[in-house]
Amino acid sequence: MKDYRKDFPLLSYYHEKGRGIAYLDNAATTQKPFSVLRAEEEFYTHKNANPHRGAYDLSMAATKVLEDVREKTKRWLNVPKDGEIIFTKNASESLNLVAYSYGMHAISAGDEILLAVSEHHSNLVPWQMVAKAKGAVLSYLYLDEEGRITAEEVKKKITDKTKLVAIAQVSNVTGCISPLEDIIGLAHKRDAVVVVDGTQGAPHLTVDLEKMDADFYAFSGHKMLGPMGIGILYGKKQHLESMPPFLYGGDMIEYVKEQSATFAPLPQKFEAGTQNMGSIAGFGAAIAYLEGVGMKKLQALEKELTGYLLEKLGNIPYVSIVGSSGPENRIGVVPFVIEGVHPHDVVTILNKDSVAIRAGNHCAQPLHAYLKVPATCRASVYLYNTRDDIDRLADSLKGVRRWLGYGA
Amino acid sequence: MELNELYSDIILEYSRSEAYRKPLKEPNRKERGVNPSCGDDIELELKIEDGIIKEIGLLGTGCAISQASASMMAELIEGKTTEEAGRLADTFIGMIQKTVSEEEKLETLEEARVFQNISNMPARVKCAVLSWHTLKEALEKK
Repeated sequence: MKDYRKDFPLLSYYHEKGRGIAYLDNAATTQKPFSVLRAEEEFYTHKNANPHRGAYDLSMAATKVLEDVREKTKRWLNVPKDGEIIFTKNASESLNLVAYSYGMHAISAGDEILLAVSEHHSNLVPWQMVAKAKGAVLSYLYLDEEGRITAEEVKKKITDKTKLVAIAQVSNVTGCISPLEDIIGLAHKRDAVVVVDGTQGAPHLTVDLEKMDADFYAFSGHKMLGPMGIGILYGKKQHLESMPPFLYGGDMIEYVKEQSATFAPLPQKFEAGTQNMGSIAGFGAAIAYLEGVGMKKLQALEKELTGYLLEKLGNIPYVSIVGSSGPENRIGVVPFVIEGVHPHDVVTILNKDSVAIRAGNHCAQPLHAYLKVPATCRASVYLYNTRDDIDRLADSLKGVRRWLGYGA
Repeated sequence: MELNELYSDIILEYSRSEAYRKPLKEPNRKERGVNPSCGDDIELELKIEDGIIKEIGLLGTGCAISQASASMMAELIEGKTTEEAGRLADTFIGMIQKTVSEEEKLETLEEARVFQNISNMPARVKCAVLSWHTLKEALEKK
């Protein structure tokens, strides 16, 4: 089996220093392979010029990088002909773009915006803003005892007043995959628009946007081996064309007169200012890396690791997995708590053994309030993790309660 | 700061203290303090009479560090004037930010001095100062 770890300089760096990190915080951000770092360097050493501005070779080379990565993204996600890819800073910016440019115009008083209680704040707070400004109502999909959204719950909550559904493809806290087919089908029957937060989906699942039929799909490059500072927004052109720009300024205009301006066509209309070209180049290399591995292979690897993680966590005294403890229909994001120990203390103690996981409410406070836990620990795997990383997590967890003064 | 210093007996003991863990009957100040990154969420209740902090209630949940720091703070400010409590808050926050280092000032913090080295653990600083910031906000809210 290929040793993917060798491709990740950060992992090798700490390994060689004798303090190899069991990095299990991949839902927050992933490590970057050499090829991504090299692509960024390659842009700035050989192609750096402002895309779209100059008619000289260098500027055209920069423009080519921008458009090649856009095309590569479209192929990777199977973007339909009537859809477009917009580059943003991250998923949060993508979702804000939809809230401001679509939501603030399409939503009116009395309309309902339906979202899951498990949404990340970035697909929840912008909709609160829209609802408050427009006098609309936020209505929530609640979870079953396994932490899942059921088709029955969706049927119950989508009404004739539902104008927009905001839903994560995969929850960043529970790791559970949402029943998007049911949600999008039911929403479209009522002419509601569906905004999918794919941040935890795109890095792990095979995404086919033509088949999914979402109206908008947003995610971040840095959670799928890409650099920080690059986000993606997919939208159906029928929506994007009728929406006003989100940010105004350079590169997004056609003609500017003293008192008025006309705007560039898609996608430039939504890409004001100079783009983060180094990150865009790196993002292209991240897609190439994942294509090289193959999404099927990646899923098989992750499934094996997730099963092992669930099994190990399930066998440690005082540790309880929150939500589903089964390996099906989920990704390798597993929340858990230790009896009598606050998650933040757990993470500090694990850090002593160079085991990196996340504690807190993972930008999902409404979900934690719903689950009636103030915070959780969260371990999340990616393709370069090994059983050894999970063994180190388990061993370190076994010692946690002793630090807090509990008997062994 | 090493782990055994962080989870010392004194911090563990204060983190489990129930001394102030009760809602007050008639608080005249209430302030919520939240540390969103870690999930600490505390509610500080005060009963102030004639400028003196007579009673303190500490509710909510949090990690061992935030809870210990809050219990120590409560013990320290009970019976003090609001001015003295405000000064102690400034001293504590100054100690963490390393802007206060005079021995005679630090002495006024008594047990809470154990957090002096927490600035070496940036991830835990917010836990230690949460209750003190909450106190300052409560005192400023006239």
